[in-house]
Parts: sequence; structure tokens; C-alpha cells
Amino acid sequence: MSQHVAITAPKAPQTTQWKKWLSLDNRYMPPVFITLILLVGQLSFGILESYERTLLAICTSIATEMIMGRIFLGKWLNMASAYITGISVGILVRSPAFWPYAVAAALAITSKYVIRCRGRHLFNPSNFGISLVLFLLPASAAMLSIQWGNNMASMVVIWVLGSVIVWRLRRFHISFTYVISFLVLAIVRSWIIHEPWLSEVSPITGPEYQLFIFFMITDPKTTVRSKKGQCIVVFFVALLEMFFRFDQSIYAELYALFWVGPIAMLIEMWRDSRHAASRSIEAPALPTVSGSSPQTLP
Amino acid sequence: MKPGPIARIVLYLFFVGLIAVPFILTHRTSRPDMSGTQIDLRVALRRYGFYLTEDSAQAGVHFTHQAPVLDAQLAGIMPEVASMGASVSIVDYNHDGWPDFYVTNSRQGSKNALFQNNHDGTFTDVAPQLGIADVNQAGTGVSMGAVWGDYDNDGYPDLFLIKWGKPMLFHNDHGHGFTDVSAHAGLPAWMNANTALWFDYDSDGKLDLFVGGYYNENIDLWHLKTTKIMPESFEYAQNGGRKYLFHNLGNGKFEEVSATLGIKSRRWALACGAADFTGTGHPDLFIANDYGVSELYLNDGKRFREVGRDVGVGFSPKSGMNVAFGDIFNQSEYSIYVSNISEAGVLIQGNNLWVPQEGGRGSGLHYANMANSIGVELGGWSFGAQFGDLNNDGNLDLFLTNGYISADRNRSYWYDFAKVTAGNSTIIQDAKNWPAFDGRSLSGYQQKRVWINDGVGQFEDIAHSVGVTDTHDGRAVAVGDLWNNGALDVIVANQGGPLLIYRNHVDPGEKWIEFHLEGTKSNRDAIGAEVTLYWNGKEQLQQVAAGTGFAAQNDLSVHFGLGKAPGLEKAVIRWPSGIVQTLEHLSPDQLYQVKEAQ
Repeated sequence: MSQHVAITAPKAPQTTQWKKWLSLDNRYMPPVFITLILLVGQLSFGILESYERTLLAICTSIATEMIMGRIFLGKWLNMASAYITGISVGILVRSPAFWPYAVAAALAITSKYVIRCRGRHLFNPSNFGISLVLFLLPASAAMLSIQWGNNMASMVVIWVLGSVIVWRLRRFHISFTYVISFLVLAIVRSWIIHEPWLSEVSPITGPEYQLFIFFMITDPKTTVRSKKGQCIVVFFVALLEMFFRFDQSIYAELYALFWVGPIAMLIEMWRDSRHAASRSIEAPALPTVSGSSPQTLP
Repeated sequence: MKPGPIARIVLYLFFVGLIAVPFILTHRTSRPDMSGTQIDLRVALRRYGFYLTEDSAQAGVHFTHQAPVLDAQLAGIMPEVASMGASVSIVDYNHDGWPDFYVTNSRQGSKNALFQNNHDGTFTDVAPQLGIADVNQAGTGVSMGAVWGDYDNDGYPDLFLIKWGKPMLFHNDHGHGFTDVSAHAGLPAWMNANTALWFDYDSDGKLDLFVGGYYNENIDLWHLKTTKIMPESFEYAQNGGRKYLFHNLGNGKFEEVSATLGIKSRRWALACGAADFTGTGHPDLFIANDYGVSELYLNDGKRFREVGRDVGVGFSPKSGMNVAFGDIFNQSEYSIYVSNISEAGVLIQGNNLWVPQEGGRGSGLHYANMANSIGVELGGWSFGAQFGDLNNDGNLDLFLTNGYISADRNRSYWYDFAKVTAGNSTIIQDAKNWPAFDGRSLSGYQQKRVWINDGVGQFEDIAHSVGVTDTHDGRAVAVGDLWNNGALDVIVANQGGPLLIYRNHVDPGEKWIEFHLEGTKSNRDAIGAEVTLYWNGKEQLQQVAAGTGFAAQNDLSVHFGLGKAPGLEKAVIRWPSGIVQTLEHLSPDQLYQVKEAQ
């Protein structure tokens, strides 16, 4: 059952507004965090192919979101999500050419409007755009190869900051489950293929995995709603990734999320519809709610 | 407002269009597979003005490089850690006016070779009788390259042997033999270097020597005390070998002055080149580093100052493996070609062509990477490259070697390579964490590139069309007019493979001119001298260099293609001493011997 309760919120005093801005709960915290990662990475290690390419990805992403949001949703959307998508593409895609950045960013945002089911988009946008470009354009684009100096200190900073932020967003369990799954399955892989365990662990100590762990798999709009379900889904991401790794797929984690994420969403929708149907049979007099938003973040 | 069906149709079309873009662009830019096609060299001659034939057998040159075999603890990744050592340097060691060439071998006990030019299109290995063959003995390390320069100005170029091991300097005894003078010269007991060059950094008329270390000099690769010898990072490593700048004291001794003069890098140097980029009259130093950014050291005659990041070449770290300079736009400015790694689906670094920007040759020095727009970006796992006018049309072309480790064609090491290099420094720098190669290839069986310059800013790869079809693991490439017939020939040294001599057959209607310089006040080899040739309203700048490309040295004579019916105006020589000498009334199809004016 669902209830609509009209609540008139008291006007927040000025100090509370400031506190809200500084709080880790506000919607701008993830964009701020990823911008910090970009700036620290760029200024300390020069991680970007170039500023221009990253800017192109961000601008393409925002422009596409603005136009499509206006046309298909009839409103000007908040650009935080598009900004994160653009910056992820700008950081993760590596290409000497400019156009792969624009194509990846445009694909990412457009997928939200094209591949939808029951009012929800199925793919994590940046995962979709980047995966498709990597798969379709092997001769022109690759993924982040610059490894932040392969430096532990910078990784620890990202882990701490990232963990604090996803904790406050109540999504730490997703990142944690994935990391544990990856490490355990690394032992399994190492045992099966007789290669050093550290070589199997190695990828997760690199920077692209940090973006994957803190931004992609935790995306509220493309994860299932229940906490338990979220943990199960990322375990399956890690599991499918293991099989892709057996096949020597270099972008195994991206491709695993590409497949597992939408399937999990579809299963959830199917279960929702079944529950809704059974509820309507049990209590036909009660109205149902359609298009409810499961989002925990704006 | 709800969008209408037309809007949704447009949306779907846009989405499909986005997915189609990669297919269309990939199809447009893909390189046709010509491996099965027949090569008609007459067509190549008509269309491109030249073709190449691999003539090592006819020239009597049968040399196959042997790769190093290092400590058994590295056995699993031996193909990678022992992936260098094939080198070639062209030199007229006996001063007979015909280019000879020296090639290195890299297995303990293997022999280097000096192929003396017999003036009839054949060559004879004379290294054993001259004492520079058996230089890879156990306990002394193995050869990685060689650079030749007349450090004592006696008219005969001397040999510096670049080694993983004991570096060696051989004095050339007037072409009759070589004497090991390493100890007297004051060279260090051990280094693990892959690059060196001779240049006169202080313009005192005596050649100095720069050597770039790769592995840390404290490591004996045959007797490891630890397996933590790998780079600490794939693109930010600073745990490589030190750099050496040996100042020539003039009495056969050298003083190591690198730190004093401002060169303190510990990046993993693989290639270097020297040229005067700022017009000061002093040669600057460009270093291409593996696992990191390139470095440019500007030389004011007293000290070196690293400005790579400031001028644009030291921003994005890649896997620098080559340094070659060429005035590709005929505007008396050097562009710099640095080779890197590109492997479809894994790593697209792209090679760099650093082109000086407007007002480039002064204090406002700045470079932009134009490899993509000019068409020389993607080669493969690229190593040595050299500029040279292969068809004598008056524009510098580019020959590039590719290919890293060719083993099992059907199994690749790339997945494991990417897996480890992505990780933390504690993982990557310990060789025991690297999965074994187990017979797999890593960017193997790659074709060379012969990029021909159309003179208006575009290069076209015509390697297969002009007869360059080999897929050995190319390392060093050197160019020189081996047959003294006005055509630049190409020698390619392959890792663990045969030495290839590509003889050049140029349309005789395309004219040329060559200069061989001899310094008097300047160093006798005239290394660092610049020749600017003016003809038909065009101008082109070239220099005499002792060490360029990757593990290579071109012939010291400079070669200019002139095209058809050239109206030669003059050649202006700027000697390292600062003396400027102008040559007029020149004729095409001539080799000029020029002595520095007193």
C-alpha cells in the first residue's frame, strides 16, 4: 500500500542551509568527489589524455541530457548525473582522437532515453557508453592506462574518501560486497589458472576500478532496491567478471556490469509486477501506484 | 509536454546513428590487409618514385641477433625483460668514403659484427680481426647498442659500446684495429643502458658522451639479489638507471658531470637525440623514456634545464622508445618523432610527432603532437624510426619498425600484461608477480611502416607497396647511402631475428645531393653541424648526428633529395664552432666533402 502524505516543510534557517550544503548527503557530493579525483589525478600524475578531450565528454554529456530531458521529460533536468557520466567518460576512455569521447558520452546519455522499461532506464549510462565504444572501437579507443603512479597513497586517499561518501549514501555495502567478492574470486582464479594471486588482485588496485567501485556499481538509478538484492547483484557482477577474465577479457568488469545490471533490473521489475498483481487480487479495492520512484538519490 | 512519435523516431535514429559511427569510422580508417597481394615494384617506382629490396643475402650479410638470457628467476618473463639488444650503427670506420655498419648481439658469448663495405655491393665482417666482436663475454654483460664518434679528433671514429654490463670504449687505431680504452677513459664498472650519443655540449671542439640508463645500474641481471627490478609504475616510473654525461677532458679521459650540469633523472631512458632547438648554438638533449614522460634538456652552454612539461612534450606519459628529428615541412625546424605502444582493444598510446609551434625556435619553444593529423600515429608496438628522403622528392619520409615479441601466433600475453601493469607499484615492480609468458606473443608479427611525405602535410603508409613486408620484431633502423649512389638505404636490426638490408632503388630522374663534413675548429666528425639547403625556393635543415632513433646511428653524411630539375641555390653550414659557411654553385647528384673553413 502506498500513501500520499502532504507535508509542508518549515522554511529552513540560513545556518541549516549551509549545513546541508556541507553535508555529505547532498546531491552534489558525488560530482564534487569525482571532480576531486580528476583534479588530484591530473595535477599529480597527468591522468588525462588532454583537458580538451575530457571537456568534450562533459559538454557532450550535459548537452545531450539537457536537450533530451527537455524534449522527452518536458523539463530542465539537474545536470549532476550527466556531469558524472561525462567526467567518467573523460577519465576512463583513452584515445588519441577526439570523437570517441563525444560518441561515448552521447551514447551513454541517449541510452537512458532509448533503453527503458516501465519508466526506468536499464543500463548504467557511463558503463553503457564506455563498454560499447571499447567493444566497437578497439582500434581507436582503450581504457585508462595511466595508473596514477601505481601509487598506494593516492589509492588509499580515494578508498577512504570514496568509502565515507558511499557510506553516507547508504551504499557502502555494494562496494564492500563487490571488493570482497573480487578478492575471493581472485583466489579461485589464481588457483585454477596457476598464476600468482597478486597478479589476479592487481587490477583492483588500479584507478579505473575505483571509479567502477564507487560510481558505477553504486548508481542508484540502475541498481535494484533491496539491500540484499544489491549485494547479490554485485556478487554476480564479480562472478561473471571472473568468467570474462578466464576468457582474457581486459575490460571484464565493465562487460560484466553491462550484462548483469540490466538483467537484475528486469528481474526486479518482473517480481514487482507479480507482487503488484497478487496484491491487486488480494485487495482489489486498493489503488496501485505506477511509476513510483525507487531512487534513494535525486 | 509529451513527445510525439516523430520525436521518438528521431531519438531512435540518433541512437542507431551513434552506434553506427564507430563502424563507419573504423571502416574508413582501417588499413587494408595486403599480405596476400603481389607486389609490382615497377608500379611502386612509377607511383612513389622508389622501391626497396631486401638484399642482405646478396650483400653477403648473414647475421641473426641473439637475445639475452638473464637470471633464471626471470625465466617466466624472459621474452619481455630480454626484449632489446638488436642495434645497428652506420659508420665509415676506415675512412675510405664508403659506409660500413656495426651490429650488436646480446647473448653471453655471442659476437658483434662490423660489416666492412667492399665497394661492390657486398660486405665482410671484420669485427673479429679488429677486436670488437667478442665483447659479450660472461661477467661483462651484453651489448645493447653502439655509437661512433671521433673523441680524439684523429680522423677515425671511435666506438662506444652501450651495454647491460660493463660499458666499453674502443679507440679506432686508424682503421687497423681497436683498443679497449674503457679503464683509461674513466667509465664506470657497470651500467644497464640502452641509449647513448656523442655530442659536443660545451662547443669546445671535443666530443662528449651522454648515456641513458634503463635498469638500475646496481642490478646485475645475471645474478639477481632480488626480483624487484621492474618499473614501479607503467607510466610514472622513476626507479630506472641513472644518466651519465661524460665530459671529454681531451687526454683520453672523461669526467662524469651529469648531476653537476642538471641531469638527474632516473626515468627509464630508451632513446635520446641532440639538436639545437633554441638556436643558441649549443645542442639540447631530448630523452624518450619508457614508462614515463619524455624529457627535454635545454643547454645554455653551461647547464642543462629540463623543460619537457613547459614546452609540451613532457605532459602525457607513454612508453617512449625512439627519438628522431626531421624538418618534415621544409621550414628549417625539427619535428621530433617518439614511438610508443598501440594495440587495438588494449592500449592506444599513439606515437608522437612533436611539431614546433609558431615562433618555435627561440625562447617561446612549444610543441604540439600532430601525429594523428599528419598520419603517423599508429604503428603498433613501435620501436626505431628514422626520417630520410627515400624517394628523393625533396620531402623527408619516415621508416618505422614495429613488433615486440613474436611467439605463438594464436596466444597473446596482452591480457596478463594489462592485468599486472594496472596494479599497485608493489605488485608491478616484482618480477615474481608477473604471469609467465609460456610461449605467448605480445604485439608480435607486426609490419613496418614506410610513411611517404606528400609535401603538403600528409604521410601515407606504403610499406607493402614498396617491398617492405617483413614481420620480424624490429628494433633499430638506420639509414645511409650504402652503395654511394644517391639513394638512402635502410638497415633494420630485429630482436632475435635476421638483420635486414633494404636496398633503395630510386627513380633516376629524382636528383639528390650529399655532404660529408669534416670539422677543424669543431669536432672532426662535425657532429652537431647543421646544413640548410636552399633549392627551387625551398629550404630544408639537416644535421650531423651520432646516435638517433632507437639503438641506432645513421651515416654521418647528410643526404638531401631534390626532386626533378632542381635549381640549387646554396647550402649554408653552421658548424658547432659557430662558424657559418655558405656553399654556392652546387650541382645535383654529387657527394661534397666539406672541410670547416678556418
